[in-house]
Amino acid sequence: MEKVLLDYDWTVMAPEIIIAAAAALLSLADLFLRENTDRRFFSWFSLAAVIAAIFFTVSRFGQQPYEILGDTYRVDDFALAFKTAVLSGVGLVFLLSAWGVRQEEIRFRGEYDYLLLAAALGAMIMTSSADLITLFVGLELLSISSYILAGIHRERYASNEAAWKYVVQGGVASAFILYGMSFVYGLTGSTNLYTIQQRLVEAYQTGYDAFVLLSLFLMLLGFGFKIASAPFHMWVPDVYQGAPTPVTSFLAVVSKTAAFALVLRIVLVGYIFLYQMQIWQQVVEPVLLVLAGLSMVIGNTAALHQTDTKRLLAYSSVAHAGYLLVPLSTLGAVLFESTFYYLIAYLVMTMGAFTVAALLEREAGHGNISGFAGLSRRSPGTAAAMTVFLLSLAGIPVTAGFFGKFYILMNALSTQHFWIAGIMVGTTVISYYYYFGIIRQMYFRPPASKDRMRVPMVPALLLVIGILGTVGLGVVPEWAVHWIGDLQWMSALTPLNAGPPGP
Amino acid sequence: MEMLPSWITWAPLLGVLVLLWIPRERTAAIRWVGVLATLPSLVLSLLLYVSFDTGKDGVQFAHSLHWFYLPVLGEKWDFQYSMGVDGLSMPLVAITGVIVTLAALASLYIRQRQKGYFLLFLLLEVGMMGVFLARNLFLFFLFFEITLVAAFFLIGIWGYVNREKTAIQFLLYNGLGSACMLLAFMGLLILFRSLELSRLHEVMHHSGALAQLSQSGGDTLLWGIFIALVIAFGIKLPIFPFHTWMLRVHAEAPPAVVMIHSGVLLKMGAYGLIRFGVELFPVQTQAAAGVLAWLGLVNILYGAVLAFSQRDLKRVLAYSSVSHMGIILLGIASLNVYGLQGAVFQSVSHGFISALLFYFIAALYERTGTTQIDQLGGLAKQMPVLSGIFLAGGMALLGLPGMSGFVSEFLAFLGLFETRPWVAATGTLGLILAAVYTLRAVMQTTFGPLHAGRERVKDSRWTEAVPMLVLLFFIVLIGVYPDVIGKPMQLTLQTIISRMGG
Repeated sequence: MEKVLLDYDWTVMAPEIIIAAAAALLSLADLFLRENTDRRFFSWFSLAAVIAAIFFTVSRFGQQPYEILGDTYRVDDFALAFKTAVLSGVGLVFLLSAWGVRQEEIRFRGEYDYLLLAAALGAMIMTSSADLITLFVGLELLSISSYILAGIHRERYASNEAAWKYVVQGGVASAFILYGMSFVYGLTGSTNLYTIQQRLVEAYQTGYDAFVLLSLFLMLLGFGFKIASAPFHMWVPDVYQGAPTPVTSFLAVVSKTAAFALVLRIVLVGYIFLYQMQIWQQVVEPVLLVLAGLSMVIGNTAALHQTDTKRLLAYSSVAHAGYLLVPLSTLGAVLFESTFYYLIAYLVMTMGAFTVAALLEREAGHGNISGFAGLSRRSPGTAAAMTVFLLSLAGIPVTAGFFGKFYILMNALSTQHFWIAGIMVGTTVISYYYYFGIIRQMYFRPPASKDRMRVPMVPALLLVIGILGTVGLGVVPEWAVHWIGDLQWMSALTPLNAGPPGP
Repeated sequence: MEMLPSWITWAPLLGVLVLLWIPRERTAAIRWVGVLATLPSLVLSLLLYVSFDTGKDGVQFAHSLHWFYLPVLGEKWDFQYSMGVDGLSMPLVAITGVIVTLAALASLYIRQRQKGYFLLFLLLEVGMMGVFLARNLFLFFLFFEITLVAAFFLIGIWGYVNREKTAIQFLLYNGLGSACMLLAFMGLLILFRSLELSRLHEVMHHSGALAQLSQSGGDTLLWGIFIALVIAFGIKLPIFPFHTWMLRVHAEAPPAVVMIHSGVLLKMGAYGLIRFGVELFPVQTQAAAGVLAWLGLVNILYGAVLAFSQRDLKRVLAYSSVSHMGIILLGIASLNVYGLQGAVFQSVSHGFISALLFYFIAALYERTGTTQIDQLGGLAKQMPVLSGIFLAGGMALLGLPGMSGFVSEFLAFLGLFETRPWVAATGTLGLILAAVYTLRAVMQTTFGPLHAGRERVKDSRWTEAVPMLVLLFFIVLIGVYPDVIGKPMQLTLQTIISRMGG
């Protein structure tokens, strides 16, 4: 039965439509407003749009999976969960931007907000599509917006450098992904992931096994870049350091989450048959585990001698990408659950840490770790909050970061991958050194000036959210774990049975 | 009443809440609140001790609450908040209560940032009490990590010159230990789907279940877990090659924190070895007993020899701690009731003794500004009471009969002579050396000519003398009436040994 456009239930796209409309509206408003009008309310407006989008996303939980136009747009629990995470991250970034991005510093204050919305839209498409074309479009929408955002601080040299490096290396990565996708299309004649799922098996069994693996590894090369895993991490420190801090937090939190959604979806839907054929265990898993191990080792050791806060957090982000790759490579019983839990944990603690970094950057005028010196004296609350975030990043109980690591480790150990668990735990101990390096600055060193540091309302709110999330997820993991555990993750892996559109 | 272990553990938080409301300039109030806040736990733990039924085997005051489920493949793995006390943890809880309160009094020497100090100090107490009272491995690990973080701050902010380096070394070394522990616990979780101690006991002492496990190749896994646990608690105790961090902590941390560190934190290593090694892995412990005995021997002799050649009083005591922890290892390695009793006795007794000696060090440093032996001397004339207390503490340390050190060393060696007479015989050399280094340290600080510039040193105030005398009282009490702690642990240890089939 042919379906016409109007047969589809377009209301499922409400979140995307809201974000797109908000972006369009802001870009128009930006045109009509006078140049020196304060555009800070743009961020608040965007935040409202994001909250509305979250509302529509969350209200769809528990319903049957639904797709539009041959899976180019697909809502299932997988998509909804990741979309909620992405949107929450974007919301927090807007909150940070409302305070932290000033028109007198960034002339394109209007562009900033609607580019961020566009990037968010790209991320949302990446979470809820099962077609290579749309997935790639989402990825590029996210990437290109991010390139510009990284360089939006046009007067600053570091920001330009960041954008430049990001564009070049990001472009190469996208090219690899596209190249891999072209092989997939060549082998299967389709861009629909579920059709690919069926036909790749045939291709594999009829003598094209090398090409199937080639397509996977070409894409993984590009994915490695997008999730910031080693050895494709060269851009991470420079871009994180050079980009304005709210943008950095966006790259760390939202881009990573969306990229993981994309990777999980493509790799698991398209190539899961390799697991049944034992090829996964022999070829793919070792490669992924080596990537994971390398990320942990390189991220955590390179972070040891960083003196710039954002650069340090950049390497920490590489290390976290390594931890996050473990469930995917070992394919344990709680693969989705542990990955997703860790991503939420990472979201709250990293947003918190970047908020403090932004506060201190403004206060001290530089991003060096020495800016933290004596913070416990100047603002005990901020110092305590940062301590919580750092403990969580270091994986010390009773925080979200600890439980997330526990969950991932459980996955790795129950599938008998002892050595990667060993590396994970070992590098975690190494990471204590640099996370506690910041704590040492805050508590053991005398402050540069004696006056108390004032924390404005908005960042304070962000810190409170961060602490509630970090400690809450750690002390009562049951709420999150249950919610995550009840989701129908597997529905992401199976095509919808052709039937009439939902009620 | 059933909830007593939880009350003991969380009571210090009351003090934390009060402290948070006191402005940091009001140092006097902060100090007194800080000291008083340790009292509820102390009183409750003594109450626990009094109402502990020594005639009953197993866990008492057990209570557990549902904490969270982890859904795994359709199953629900249950994580409980379980607390309880048995004969092994009872003595350790009691000394923790006592030492923490006395260390809080010793913390009155702390001159700066008192608010933060007492906040962390109370948090440390929560962690320590929790470690001894938790009956769930996940919970145990959480408390263990709390002590780690709290102690890191206490060492790093309020220590001596090299405090930062020491704190970070402490953190990394112990972090490594915790990492091993975490891996081991997770291994247990995956094998048995539970981290409840009671549940693990059931499985580990059920020969059928174990046989099934070894058929499916779980034997190597069990050995891996056991070794990881020995390393984890071996770092904490510390066992010989892992001891460097602990020497630094002894030398660099503020004395009040060392009282706790040496008195309680190190004992967490001993507790862990017995609780998770001997009790949970009887088969593996039996097989590894020889290695443990040799490691213990190395600890005793190495510590004793090096203690003899130290110039800093703090370092003498640090190395003597290494030596005395060796005795704990020997007791464990003997695998009989005497030996285990000796090990626990040694934990308790050394806790009191080192707390006392470091209290003395705190008082001494307060007056002279140094702990270098060659810059001290003749102090007995200026401060007879303090010197007398130091002498008494030294006597306890070298194992004078009638004091707690003698009882514990006697039991540990008695146990080991039964199983490994040669190792035990060599180990006794350590006792002789202990007498030598202790007497040397005591003589050179308190007797001889007075060091120039020390003519105005004053003797102890009552706030110092009373806590020290309390510690001395406990040391003598255990020495003359060992049953005070021997009785509660008797049955528990017998059960542990009988399960071993020995």
